[in-house]
Formats: sequence, C-alpha cells, structure tokens
Amino acid sequence: MLLEVNDLHVYYGAIHALQGITFHVDEGEIVTLIGANGAGKSTTLRAVSGLIPARRGVIRYKGRDITATPAEEIVRLGVCHVPEGRRIFAPLTVRENLELGAYTRTDKAEIEKSMQRVFASFPRLKERINQLGGTLSGGEQQMLAMGRGLMSRPSLLLLDEPSMGLSPLLVEEIFRIIKEINSQGTSILLVEQNALMALSVAHRAYVLETGTIVLQGSAQEVRENPQVKAAYLGVA
Amino acid sequence: MQQASAEQPIAVLSADALSVAPRQSGAGLAWIGRGFLLALAALVVFILARNLLDNPRLFAQIVISGLQLGFVYALIALGYTMVYGIVRLINFAHGDVFMVGSFVSFFAVSRFSLHTWPAVAFPGISPDLSTLIGAVSVIVLSMIVCAALAVVIERVAYKPLRNAPRITALITAIGVSFFLEFFGALNFVFSPRFIPYQRPFDVYAYWIGAQGIGMVTPQTPAPDGSITFSSIFVIIVVASILMQILLQWLVKRTKIGKAMRASAVDKPTTRLMGVNVDRVISFTFAVGAAFAGLAGVLFAIAYPSIHTQLGILPGLKAFVAAVLGGIGSIPGALVGALIMGQAEALTAGYISTPMRDAVAFTILIIVLLVRPTGIFGEPEREKA
Repeated sequence: MLLEVNDLHVYYGAIHALQGITFHVDEGEIVTLIGANGAGKSTTLRAVSGLIPARRGVIRYKGRDITATPAEEIVRLGVCHVPEGRRIFAPLTVRENLELGAYTRTDKAEIEKSMQRVFASFPRLKERINQLGGTLSGGEQQMLAMGRGLMSRPSLLLLDEPSMGLSPLLVEEIFRIIKEINSQGTSILLVEQNALMALSVAHRAYVLETGTIVLQGSAQEVRENPQVKAAYLGVA
Repeated sequence: MQQASAEQPIAVLSADALSVAPRQSGAGLAWIGRGFLLALAALVVFILARNLLDNPRLFAQIVISGLQLGFVYALIALGYTMVYGIVRLINFAHGDVFMVGSFVSFFAVSRFSLHTWPAVAFPGISPDLSTLIGAVSVIVLSMIVCAALAVVIERVAYKPLRNAPRITALITAIGVSFFLEFFGALNFVFSPRFIPYQRPFDVYAYWIGAQGIGMVTPQTPAPDGSITFSSIFVIIVVASILMQILLQWLVKRTKIGKAMRASAVDKPTTRLMGVNVDRVISFTFAVGAAFAGLAGVLFAIAYPSIHTQLGILPGLKAFVAAVLGGIGSIPGALVGALIMGQAEALTAGYISTPMRDAVAFTILIIVLLVRPTGIFGEPEREKA
C-alpha cells in the first residue's frame, strides 16, 4: 500500500470535520473521494499533506507514519498536494511557479528536464512562461498548479477539485492529462465534486458524507450504486 | 469551504492595518481638503523655488544632507517593508535594532579595538588596507549581531502570535521596542547616557565647485561657492545603493528569494512546495536587521553621539518612508526614504530645525489620507 489512512479524526476548532475515516491508495492507482460540499474531502487531503493536524488516527505513506510530519517534509517524501482553487503564486511568473514546485530538488539539469516534461503535457504553459501567474486564465492556472505539483516528481499526487470552474472542454482536457500522469506511474488521490468525471477515470472510489465514509468500492461498483446515482450523478 | 478561511486569519482578518475606512463626508468637504493640499503643495514649491534661485549653493548643500539622511532611512526602511510584506507586521522594534547596531560597533571599536585587528595581526600591512578591513569587520559584526537579535525577537515575541489578530502582534512589537530601549538604558548594558562615538576610521570633508574638487583641511579651506561633502556621505550612498541591488538580486534571482515572494502571497501553499516558511520568515527578519545594523554603524559614524533612544526617530521616519513608497515594495522603500530625507533636510534648512520631525509625520498623515497604499503600493490582493 502506498498510502494508508486509518481512523482519521480532524477538528476545526469545535467542528468534528473528519469522524474516523479509513482508506488506502495502492501503487499505480487513481482513487477518488467524492461527496457533497463540506463532506470533508478537501480536509482529508489537507490532513494527508500535513497542512492540518490529525487529532486521532494514523496516516502511513510507504509504510512510514507521517501523521505528525510537517507539510514541507511530506513533499520531500514524494506526496504532492495540488490544492483547491489552484493557489498559484499570482505575482510570480509561470517559470518561477514551476521552479518553486521543484524547491525540494537541487539538480538543475534534472529540474529542467521535468519542466520540459510539464511543457509536453501543458504546451500552453510554455507559451506563457514569462507571464505572471495571475494573468493566466482559469484553465491555464489549473494547468500551472498541476504542472507545479509534478515538478516535485511525486509518487503520489493529491488533486483537489481540478475541474472546478472550468469549461466542459477544459475539464475533458484536464482529466485526459490526469490519466496520462497516472499511466506514467504516479498514483493519484483525486477529490472531485464532478463525480461522473472522477468515476470515469478512477480505479476505486470512496463516498464521503459529513466526515465519514459511507460507501467504497471499485469505480464501476460505486457508479452503479443507486444511492450514488441519485445523489451525485444526477440520475433518478 | 470553511477550511480556506480558517487557514489564513492574517490575510483576511480585516482591512489593511494602514488603510482608512472610506470617507463618507460630502463632495464639498472633499474639495476643501483637496484644495488645502494643493495650496500646501503650491506653497512648498514656491518656497523651494525661491530659495533655489536665491542661493543655489546652499540649496545643493541642503540636498546633500537630505541625501545622506535619505540613504540611511532607505537601509532601515527595507527591513520594515520586507517584514511587512511577508508577515504583515509593522515591526516597530526595527528602529531599536538599528540602535543596537550602533552600540555593537561602539563596543567593538572603543572596548575591543576590533578596527585595528589587521594592523595587529599583520604588522606590515598598509594602514589604508588595515583601516578598510578593520572597518568592514566592525560593520559585519554589527550586521551579524543585529540579524541574530532580530531572529531571536521573531522567535520569542512574534512567532507565537502568528495566528493571533494582527493588532496583538503590533502591540507586542511596540513592547519589544520599549524593552530594547530601556533594557539598553540599564547601566550594565549600554547605559542611559549620550556616548561620544569613536569612529573606526577618520571622516574627511571634500569640496567640489567651479575650481574642481579637493580635500578640506585647516590649511586649505573650501573655496567660495563650492559645495562640501564628507567621505561618510559617499560611503552611505554607495553602501545603501549596493544593498538595494543585493536585495533585488536576492529576491528576484535566488531560490530563497522566490520562497520569500511565495510566502508573502500564500503560506500554506508555499509549504506544499516543500518550503519551510518559518525559516523563510526568520531569514527575512535577519536580512532586514542586517541592513538596519549597517545603517546603525554608518549613522553613528556620520552623527557620532549615540544613546539608547537614538533609533526611535530614524526608525519611525524609515517606517513613514516605507509607507510613503508603498509598504511591501522594495523600490518603494528607497524612493520613500529619499523623499523623507529631502523633506527633513529642506524643512530644517528653510523653516526650522524642530519642524523637521513634524514634517515627517505630516507626510505620513497626508499619505494615509490621499493614497494609503503609497507610491508603489497595490491595493490589498484579491484571493484567487
């Protein structure tokens, strides 16, 4: 198991946001967490990447306990979190954003290679390389956020709502690239409100409701579950 | 989602600490205010023009003293603006770190004769080279001590308050400022007295005019109509400009500089890049304080009498300079500081000496009324 989360509890002040969730991601998988707004999907990713502390439970990555490891250390281990809302650095250029993605690495030649690989996936970024991040369109910003994440050469990519606010055409494009990244050997934990799209690329899925996992299984099984159909896929 | 707002209390807490609420007065009142400011500006231009035409030599002399002050303020203002840019804190203890810089160099020179170590270690060395290396050693020591002091202050006083309301940290900064002033005033620390400062090197005066350029000595006074300046003026200008360039390079070209700019925008996401944001913040405090330490030594050499409250006014004026230039903006700090230096020198020269401090804070009030974001400042960023 690449990532193993066991009985994870997270609080925001008095709010019990995650009430003991257990899930795992295997090597080479795309696993998706779906659920309504506020179900705790983003919270889960933030706990895994170390941005918020876990009150109880254990997070293991490659067998190592990373529950109390600070966020900046977790990146070095090979877990990269592409946060919700893209969070690119607006006053920095596209190149500088990508370079920051490679902050943990030191070999300049290798970093340059990774950058070329990112440009191969996202040719638009190459055209905009000296533009400020804040001047990019929403879709381009999403590409930059994902490209920046890939610059750390993660084994596990945590993607939070990559389709948010994008046109249907761009959503297709982003999901095509997610599959491509996965086929090159990066495991992906994908959080999405667009459950239909997420289930179409994922191998397995977990359904979150108010801080607990209510359903899990292969993407196929989850897609065919009648409650999921009614609640998340808009099928009566 | 609720998480996003929980994560960044500092950035979204309230309006910028420096900005004013939208004024609700009628258009008529606004016009009176604008008219008053325009009349004030016209008066200033008139006084300056008349004096410039009256006696251009004196005017140039005053501008030189303004430049000397301005470039010192620029060094201090960098620390205010860098720290504000990254942690949104106005570090009022910064002026006192500048004072500590002066004192460190005083003790290094007067008590330990650090400035003469090259001559002691290498007896054959040329006196000029010895002075140069000795003086640089004194300056570097002051910069290191100030940097270390600022890192300690940040760890002890500000870091525990990183997620507290901004006003809490601001009040703490004022507390730290008082602590440094009055702890420094203890007899076994710096003592409360004015102390004559022993310079690590001699300062010479030069004249420049129609007859060329030369050194001012008792035998050869400056010819009529020439302008005089001192060697420390040249050193201040050169050092300040060098530090500006160094800082630009640091922020724009280096990895830590990129991390600093990223931390200024979005700390949680910067951590996700693998950046230890706490270390970046410490580094920012250290760099700003090192500049203040350098300024402290140069200031003491230029105005060689030091005491524990010497940092208050230069510190506050550098703060005004940073606000005037647009706090958070590095070029703004330089431009604001040069304007402040001129305002102070011209006021002292043409109105009255005590007025110079009043003018500094009048500028602060006008900036906050007319353009709270300063010359280079941008309105508070929107969150993407």
